[in-house]
Amino acid sequence: MSFQAKKSNPRVTSDKLIIKGGKIVNDDQSFYADIYVEDGIIKQIGENLIVPTGVKTVDAYGHIVIPGGIDVNTCLQAPHLGMSPADDFYHGTRAALAGGTTMIIDHVVPEPGSSLLSAFDQWKDTADKRSCCDYSLHIDITRWHDGLFEELESLVKDKGVNSFLIFMAYKDKFQSSDTQIYEMFSAMRELGAIAQVHAENGDIIEEEQKKLLDLGITGPEGHVLSHPEEVETEAVYRAITIAKQANCPLYITKVMSKPAADLIAKARKKGMVIYGEPIAASLGTDGSHYWSKNWAEAAAFVMSPPLNPDTSTPDYLNSLLSCGDLQVTASANCTFTTAQKAVGKDDFTFIPEGTNGIEERMSIVWDKAVATGKMDENDFVAVTSTNAAKIFNLYPRKGRIAVGSDADIVIWNTKETRTFSAKTHNLTVEVNIFEGMECRGFPVLVISQGRIVLEDGTLSVMEGSGRFIPRKAYPDYVYKRIKARSRMADARGVPRGNYDGPVHDVISMTKSVPATPTTRGPSCPGKTPLGPTRNLHQSGFTLSGTQMDDHIPRRTAQKIVAPPGGRSNITSLS
Amino acid sequence: MSYQGKKNIPKITSERLLIKGGRIVNDDQSFYADIYMEDGVIKQIGDNLIVPGGVKTIEANGKMVIPGGIDIHTHLQMPFRGTTTADDFTQGTKAALAGGTTMIVDHVIPEPGCSLLEAFDRWSKWADEKACCDYSLHVDITHWNDSVKQEVETLIKEKGVNSFQVYMAFKDLYQMSNTELYEVFTFLGEHGGIAQVHAENGEIIAEEQARMLEMGITGPEGHVLSRPEELEAEAVFRAVTIASQTNCPLYVTRVMSKSAADIISQARKKGNVVFGEPITASLGTDGTHYWSKNWAKAASFVTSPPLSPDPTTPDYLNTLLASGDLSVVGSAHCTFSVAQKAIGKDDFTQIPEGVNGAEERMSIIWDKAVVTGKMDENMFVAVTSTNAAKILNLYPRKGRIAVGSDSDLVIWDTDAVRTITAKTHHSAAEYNVFEGMELRGAPMLVVCQGKIVLEDGNLHATSGTGRFIPCSPFPDFAYKRVKARKQLAILKAVPRGMYDGPVSEFSPMSRGGTPSASTRTSPTKVPVRNLHQSGFTLSGPEEAPIRPAGRRIVVPPGGRSNITSLS
Repeated sequence: MSFQAKKSNPRVTSDKLIIKGGKIVNDDQSFYADIYVEDGIIKQIGENLIVPTGVKTVDAYGHIVIPGGIDVNTCLQAPHLGMSPADDFYHGTRAALAGGTTMIIDHVVPEPGSSLLSAFDQWKDTADKRSCCDYSLHIDITRWHDGLFEELESLVKDKGVNSFLIFMAYKDKFQSSDTQIYEMFSAMRELGAIAQVHAENGDIIEEEQKKLLDLGITGPEGHVLSHPEEVETEAVYRAITIAKQANCPLYITKVMSKPAADLIAKARKKGMVIYGEPIAASLGTDGSHYWSKNWAEAAAFVMSPPLNPDTSTPDYLNSLLSCGDLQVTASANCTFTTAQKAVGKDDFTFIPEGTNGIEERMSIVWDKAVATGKMDENDFVAVTSTNAAKIFNLYPRKGRIAVGSDADIVIWNTKETRTFSAKTHNLTVEVNIFEGMECRGFPVLVISQGRIVLEDGTLSVMEGSGRFIPRKAYPDYVYKRIKARSRMADARGVPRGNYDGPVHDVISMTKSVPATPTTRGPSCPGKTPLGPTRNLHQSGFTLSGTQMDDHIPRRTAQKIVAPPGGRSNITSLS
Repeated sequence: MSYQGKKNIPKITSERLLIKGGRIVNDDQSFYADIYMEDGVIKQIGDNLIVPGGVKTIEANGKMVIPGGIDIHTHLQMPFRGTTTADDFTQGTKAALAGGTTMIVDHVIPEPGCSLLEAFDRWSKWADEKACCDYSLHVDITHWNDSVKQEVETLIKEKGVNSFQVYMAFKDLYQMSNTELYEVFTFLGEHGGIAQVHAENGEIIAEEQARMLEMGITGPEGHVLSRPEELEAEAVFRAVTIASQTNCPLYVTRVMSKSAADIISQARKKGNVVFGEPITASLGTDGTHYWSKNWAKAASFVTSPPLSPDPTTPDYLNTLLASGDLSVVGSAHCTFSVAQKAIGKDDFTQIPEGVNGAEERMSIIWDKAVVTGKMDENMFVAVTSTNAAKILNLYPRKGRIAVGSDSDLVIWDTDAVRTITAKTHHSAAEYNVFEGMELRGAPMLVVCQGKIVLEDGNLHATSGTGRFIPCSPFPDFAYKRVKARKQLAILKAVPRGMYDGPVSEFSPMSRGGTPSASTRTSPTKVPVRNLHQSGFTLSGPEEAPIRPAGRRIVVPPGGRSNITSLS
């Protein structure tokens, strides 16, 4: 930490801070108290705190004091067609801090077939040098193959990664088959990790893209037309089905449409361990802009799944977020300059995908959900930081204002408004998809790692001050239920005598051995010792004792118990 | 036509028949009238009909006269690993006639890689030789390439086949990828076919089967444990999605679980053209028997998708059938002897799949849905016969009692009570999955092709009398809506000036170490998007709500402007 050296001079350092007169808002309650911060940690909370002299005092009177936001989905490094995003770890985290977000979790996107560990190291190196706030990393599994289980294991056990993203789209590039998804889910469940999915049916998308290009539709509107919401919904449904079979917790990134959100809500009602992540863009704007006559503006909105052309979608997603059916907000910030987007000027399938949102996320949620009365300030904290911290096992270090937690704190102005514009935002990209939007609620002061980084509208960030925050496997919030279900789910065979009746002769199998390992991809190496993992949460059958069909009339006395040491003919047909 | 030779002796022939005093029940109304039939066609309906002398008269005594049932899903004489199903076309159609069904539609299953046309010819030859009632054929598409496409077109245009089944299960055998499904559906949508799907996620099933066997579960219970209903529902959802994208009517065969039925009814509420087919077994019994200690009995229930272990499923499916969310009932009659089933005695994945149901189909629905007050007699006719005829484009020749329709009809005894048992059924199988069930409602008299084939409990069916009934494409029942949507859904590009701003350097697509699963491009040239639900319009000036000032630049005719003036 760059400030360590100045510790001897308490008057100048920002290591010691007292926040006075604010209302502390956590996800469970709000109360008035002062906060004393030292060495990047919250040391005391209460009234009339006894603190050393010369401590800098921050006046939070009239504002709320909330845990710094956690943005769980950013792509500040992942290249597209060899082009790096316009906003890297420095610009991205700077913008995050300006918006009240004090931690990000970035996606590591390895080239298909390359080592996950080396990609992880590469990302971590860059982020250590450039990041201005604490960060953590998700790993995207772009191709599942033999030997990857060991890499996952080492990432989970030694590197502090507990979440992996799987793609159901991007055919022939990142896309995984159902078999592979099942194997990956099984592997993740065994390791105590969280399975994230990019849910879109890549097969259908490719067909639709071909069809649209055939029709001569090459502009950004082709992007949304080839990614209809049904295709997103279908993939969400499939992911839920597979996750249920594998008894693996599921996290859907980028929930962009109403039916996809509905499916997640329904699955939760059925008892699934599943989380949905709407993003700043899907909560704040819609897909009508794809038809803009300005190519650059239309292209700026291109992302997958696309923003929904239905203009009532943002309101709907905000409602589901408020009632708890969706849990976490992220930004999926992944910006490209207009020149970069223009790679796809003659073919929408080449437009690099991604929008901004890292800076606007918190304000959009406040304006669309809190100011409108859909949720209260505590829910606001839950969806912007606490839930994310719980799901990814950072809680209570992050996501809560409590003694012992990291001093990532935001003083939030709930009354005044701010207008978003590409002219004033802290990213380098030329177009802001929220251009001109006026939002209530913004941070007046941001403390990251115990240091004030935003005050009076002035950012004073330190490049490279961000630390990598490792995350342990088996987050309680997610895995307590999964563990209980694994214990419950015992599928057992029916003890029967051996069938020794006539057996029809068959010619050689035409079925190509359905039960053996699949042709596509090796079977998951971690699966062999896997105990029974069926989720019997809803299943009502019991196998022991008298059977349900005992009373059903059978033709003759057919129940013959196999005597020990011998077997009986159990096929006495009348 | 075995009676042809006897036509000069009018007193004995059954070619002319008069049914008196019956209550005719069609899917829309019931009324009392007499029916006069000649040469296998209904000639007159009404009171006090003037008919030739010497006509055989049947007194219906106020009983219901309904159109003969159409069993839209059978597998008779199906080859399976060197053997065939226990019931051939004679045995199977006899069972059907005994239950009041006067037409069947069988599935032609070509071996993957083999010609569809050859398989079709083989099947129709078998059926022509043996069938005792009229039949039609579905053809299953077990692999997909350009020559199959040609054959499908021939089958539709020349052979009288309008429905084709694809499989989402049976990995590495029949299973199709999403891309192939998309292409098949697109093709069928353009040529007026009905896409039928066997909906189960084969990839996950393969994984689950391997896991069950690993755990040492080898009995029939492994079959149902490896095919949980979620996998059925998932596949139905996927099929609905792809069909909606391709604007193709979808027919889901064998709806076996509540969740799959729910997805179909939701899709219908969203406006998708989708039909669901519960089968006799899923309406009449459940999957608890897979845990039977009697291996042979448990194995006799093995079918895919499996019967649901939830014992409330049959009631639920009957309710959805009555409400119209499910459209038509098949039997999926596909029987194997115990010895055949025992091929899988040590490994449930080897058990041949299929249950009986052709004979019990009509009575099960009467007992479970009509007697219980879920549906009325008209709805009964709709789900057992009329809807099937409409989907297959055979209406009103089949599925209705009307002048000019085929004289396939049944006098239905609503008071009869029958007990189902393998001892008395007409199928050759040793087990009956409905064993011991007491069912109200049974056919009292069955007329098929104008001849009495069942009277006083005696069956007089003749092998080889069944005719192939060709089905023409674009059935109105399914395609009227599809056609209208095609006209609506025309996609237009946004007219913009050419982008002439700076363009970044980029490395070529890193795509594709693996060649694309499908190198064929979709044959689609016509936009077929279903915009039924979509709320955006593409015409007229598009006013983007938020835009920085002075951004709108109109392309002047004949010239182009820089449209990337970024502030």
